Amino acid sequence: MNEAMMPPQHARHPVATECLARLENAGVERGGRWLVRGVDLEIARGEIVTLIGPNGSGKSTTARMALGLVKPDHGSAWRARGLRVGYVPQRLAIDWTLPLTVERFMRLTFHLADAEIDAALAETGIAHLRRAEVQHLSGGEFQRMLLARAIAHRPDLLVLDEPVQGVDFSGEIALYDLIAGVRNRIGCGILLISHDLHVVMAATDTVLCLNGHVCCRGTPHAVAESPEYLRLFGTRAGSALAVYAHHHDHTHLPDGRVRHADGTVTEDCHPGDGHHAGHAHHEEDHRGDGHHGKDRGNA
Amino acid sequence: MLDDFFVRALIAGIGVAIVAGPLGCFIIWRRLAYFGDTLSHSALLGVALAFLLQVDIMLAVFAVSAAASLALLALQRRAALSSDALLGLLAHSALALGLVCLGFMSWVRIDLMGYLFGDILAVSAADIAVIYGGGATVLAILALVWRPLFAATVNRELARAEGLDPDRADIVFMLLMALVIAFAMKIVGVLLVTALLIIPAATARRLSSGPERMAVVAALAGAVAVALGLFGSLEWDTPSGPSIIVAALALFIASLTPLARFGAAASLAGKRRP
Repeated sequence: MNEAMMPPQHARHPVATECLARLENAGVERGGRWLVRGVDLEIARGEIVTLIGPNGSGKSTTARMALGLVKPDHGSAWRARGLRVGYVPQRLAIDWTLPLTVERFMRLTFHLADAEIDAALAETGIAHLRRAEVQHLSGGEFQRMLLARAIAHRPDLLVLDEPVQGVDFSGEIALYDLIAGVRNRIGCGILLISHDLHVVMAATDTVLCLNGHVCCRGTPHAVAESPEYLRLFGTRAGSALAVYAHHHDHTHLPDGRVRHADGTVTEDCHPGDGHHAGHAHHEEDHRGDGHHGKDRGNA
Repeated sequence: MLDDFFVRALIAGIGVAIVAGPLGCFIIWRRLAYFGDTLSHSALLGVALAFLLQVDIMLAVFAVSAAASLALLALQRRAALSSDALLGLLAHSALALGLVCLGFMSWVRIDLMGYLFGDILAVSAADIAVIYGGGATVLAILALVWRPLFAATVNRELARAEGLDPDRADIVFMLLMALVIAFAMKIVGVLLVTALLIIPAATARRLSSGPERMAVVAALAGAVAVALGLFGSLEWDTPSGPSIIVAALALFIASLTPLARFGAAASLAGKRRP
């Protein structure tokens, strides 16, 4: 789609703009009600498409149409033949009757070598949990395992339905970085559903804002300024649409302190007035809004 | 050696246990514990139809069990009822249909129970061939569908999204269950088959950290229960089938003790990180 976004390591995939999945005017109707309708969506190799929207706006339904898990009642869904898919579903409950370690879960749908499992777990920061039983993982560890499993077999298309739910804030940034890195490294297309209305990865090429239909689309910054977005979520939300692009600015250290670009280390991101002007990542702006503590606690 | 009825019973029982263990794990994971009972009730209808239509009993039992299994799959998708309710519905309906069929055949004067409750001590060499031939077939097919079947047991949508076919795996599994019930029921008795599906798999759960290990442990636990039960029935002159089930129960209780868990942990210790 966007040549400038294409990663350099594309030898494995000579056709950089190859389309992986496409929805055309697709909609799903259940019980006389449209869950979502009129969705046009295309995911190309090397592209990240992010879906945002309020609860019940049809984000998951759209992803499930793209995966072929639900057939559109209107319009069409298409996927490339022989597509290797990695999927992180929004909800996945593992029955306690199942004896299942992280290692075995990694091999659920694909055969993987030990080294591939180790590498994927290390990337998501849970290498030490390889032999743990999945029922004993915390919510955040579980999400990391789901993500590790989805990327371990080097998929062509990665569909992530709220992949960082329940992950703590610094971990969330690290995982978004990881997702962007995976796109660059293996050149897959990524369909990402953001559980957080206001936070969209900077690496995203296209944002689709859904509310039962596609209410607006474009680059993250274009969407944040579009009148449809502002009408849907209000001007306050619009001003708070944050974009992760922090890695040129500062790093969160494991002990909670922050190392800034100039090399200084402080207790938090903005030691001055609790507000960071001229700063590429604005998530603190709305993290103070109050509704965030709630979002974070329910995982 | 196969002339001895006791040795034949031992070989037949161990054969059934080895097949039932891995299948029983899926029964437990999928919460289908009454599936065996449903199939055995369906089997009565199969026996009745075999008499009515003058066809082979094993074939009729397989056909009816398979139909009941596939009906369960279809109803699970559409009926908005849980599996246990559907299993109860199918079990009682099949039993009643079987009895109604028998009512039409006033000329039949055969002890149906004899067909349902086989006697493991009356197993012939030919029966052993059926058990091991059928059992090897069932295990080979189960191994082929293992990955999609287990992935679908964990999460159907995930399995389907990543290119596996959970529906096909489900159908294969249901047909394998019907096949095991059909060939083992008349030989070793329905009570014993369904018990060997559930109890050894339940025993294996606490001793297993992975699904493959649980399937192997379940098969072994079933085989040990068969041996203990048969020797016990010889020693104390108790009925053979129930003695095997009591032995399986004893193993299950033993698996709950700290000693069994310690043993399982110790056997894993070599694999664990320090």
